[in-house]
Parts: sequence; structure tokens; C-alpha cells
Amino acid sequence: MILHITYDINTICKKILQEQLDKLDLKYTLNGVSEVEIKQPVSEEILNQLNAGLKEYNSEIVASQKSIMVQKIKEAIVEMVFMEDKLPSKTSTYLAEKLKQNYTYLSNVFSNVTYTSIETFILMQKAERAKQLMSTNELTISEIAWKLNYSSTAHFSTQFKNVTGLTPSAFQRIINGRRANKQ
Amino acid sequence: MLTESIKIVLADDEENDRLLFTDALNELKTKTVIDTVNDGIELMDYLAKEAPDLPHLIFLDLNMPRKNGYECLKEIRALYGNDIAIAIFSTSMAEEDIELTLINGANVYINKPNSFAELKQALNKVVITAHAYQNTFFNKANFLLRV
Repeated sequence: MILHITYDINTICKKILQEQLDKLDLKYTLNGVSEVEIKQPVSEEILNQLNAGLKEYNSEIVASQKSIMVQKIKEAIVEMVFMEDKLPSKTSTYLAEKLKQNYTYLSNVFSNVTYTSIETFILMQKAERAKQLMSTNELTISEIAWKLNYSSTAHFSTQFKNVTGLTPSAFQRIINGRRANKQ
Repeated sequence: MLTESIKIVLADDEENDRLLFTDALNELKTKTVIDTVNDGIELMDYLAKEAPDLPHLIFLDLNMPRKNGYECLKEIRALYGNDIAIAIFSTSMAEEDIELTLINGANVYINKPNSFAELKQALNKVVITAHAYQNTFFNKANFLLRV
């Protein structure tokens, strides 16, 4: 017996994409058939898994060169800030060497995509690291300043306040206040 | 993986303030999608309607009729959790009250600037920071900013 089938391509594509996204437990909204906004940061590993799933249907994620580069720059910065030894004296040289690109190019791509400079982002990352350490309540502010290679507690406090508008102690009070609220 | 534009909603009962705010945001380099509502009740209705496509960032004027910023803050956290960034702006609050607002769930406190240029500067910092939290592995629970 011969049957004739008609396909609704749009529905098929949507379903395939949704299946792959749901498999990875991602929160998302679909913008039409070919665009999806994932509502959380995703690691390269998850993206690879998603891509692998799509490849089985001869489909794939279209990679934007710029956003790939920015991800790499961010990862290099995170690695740099989390290094236990002294931060490299010239971060521009460090990043240029690590990513094998000239620094002007890196700067331009970075600010193009994130609307901020690499230098500012490094300061934000350092403040993030400090916040993490402060949330554990295990180290004093001085110990954190020392751990993050600041020349003095005052220098650390000043830089932290520049980035967040709050002193480290105010930050700690707020985090502890929030915890108290939950109890 | 990258959020292309930041979806923003402003709740303010003064039309002048809403216009200034929208103008300032539109002059920034960052890509934003902006909605405005006139008070707290409209804000909660807006959020209910937009869900699950909620805004990334809410700007809340503290003093609004019908439902003020404080009440909205509590309700939004109860209903929508900590994913949405909330920026409160007010004029000359005491230090302890600022901290209290942040403890009660706001991420950002903005001291209402006196000039348009200052407003742009303040909003720029808030939006860039929100953008970073949206697109990097920063812990949103630590998103605290005062401008």
C-alpha cells in the first residue's frame, strides 16, 4: 500500500530543537525556528552536547566568531584571577600570549560584545572572587585582601568600592542580613 | 549563549522621569528593550502577563501610589525568585535604609542623579553589570551594586 505524506517543516524543526534543549534541562525561549535564547549561562561542554544532538539531524549551532572569542577571553581572565600566585604584571601581554591574538583585536571584540572593556571586566572578576570569599565568612577582609594579592587592605577596599559602590564590610553585612532573613 | 539585548522595565509614577529614563537608556551603547509602567500594580500585572519571558532587569521607584517599591520588591522575590535583577532608585536615603533595601532583595541601589549626564552614567554601569551577570558565570546572589 502506498501512502503519501506531507510534512510541516517548521513544526518538525521546532520539535527537534525543543527535544535537544529539554534533554539538557535548559531554560529557553524560541524566537521562530532558527533562533533560541537560552536563559542561563551555558558551558562549552553543554553547547557541544547540544550541537552533537543536532548533528544527528544534519543540523548545527551557527557559531559567531565574536562570541566565541569573548568566551575565551572571559575564561582566560577567570583563570588569571583565580591563580594563586601573583597576578601577571601586564595582563595585556598575558592575554595576548595566551590567546595568540594581538591585544587591540581582543579589546575591540570584547567591548563590541560586552559593552565594557577588558580592564573593567578584570576588576569585576576580582570583585566577584572577593565576594565569593566573603560569603563563606571564613576569612577576614584583611586575609582576603592578602589572598587576592592586594598591596594593602585599604587598596582592596578602595578597588572593591569602585566596582560595587559598597565597602567590603557593607557587602558582608548585606549578605549576612539576607541569610538572617531566611531564618 | 549570549543574551543579545537586555530586557528592562521601569516602574515610575512620574511621566517626566519615565521619559528621561528612556532617553538616557536609548543613548547608551548597550542594546536594551525598554517597557515602562506607571505604578506597582501595573508592574505586577505586566510581569504576570510577560511570564515566562520575564525582563532581565526591573527599575523600581520607591515612592509610588497604590503599591510602593518595597511591596513590589517583596512580591517579585516571592513570585519570581532571584533571577530577575532589581534596581531601586530613590532620593537621599539613609545608609541603614539603603542596606536594608539591599538585604530585602534589591540588587542595585541608585541615588537619583541630578543631571541627565549623571543619569546616563549611572544607568550605563547598572546595565553593563546586569549584562555581565546574564552572560558570565557570576553568582547572581552576589549581584550587589550601589551607584
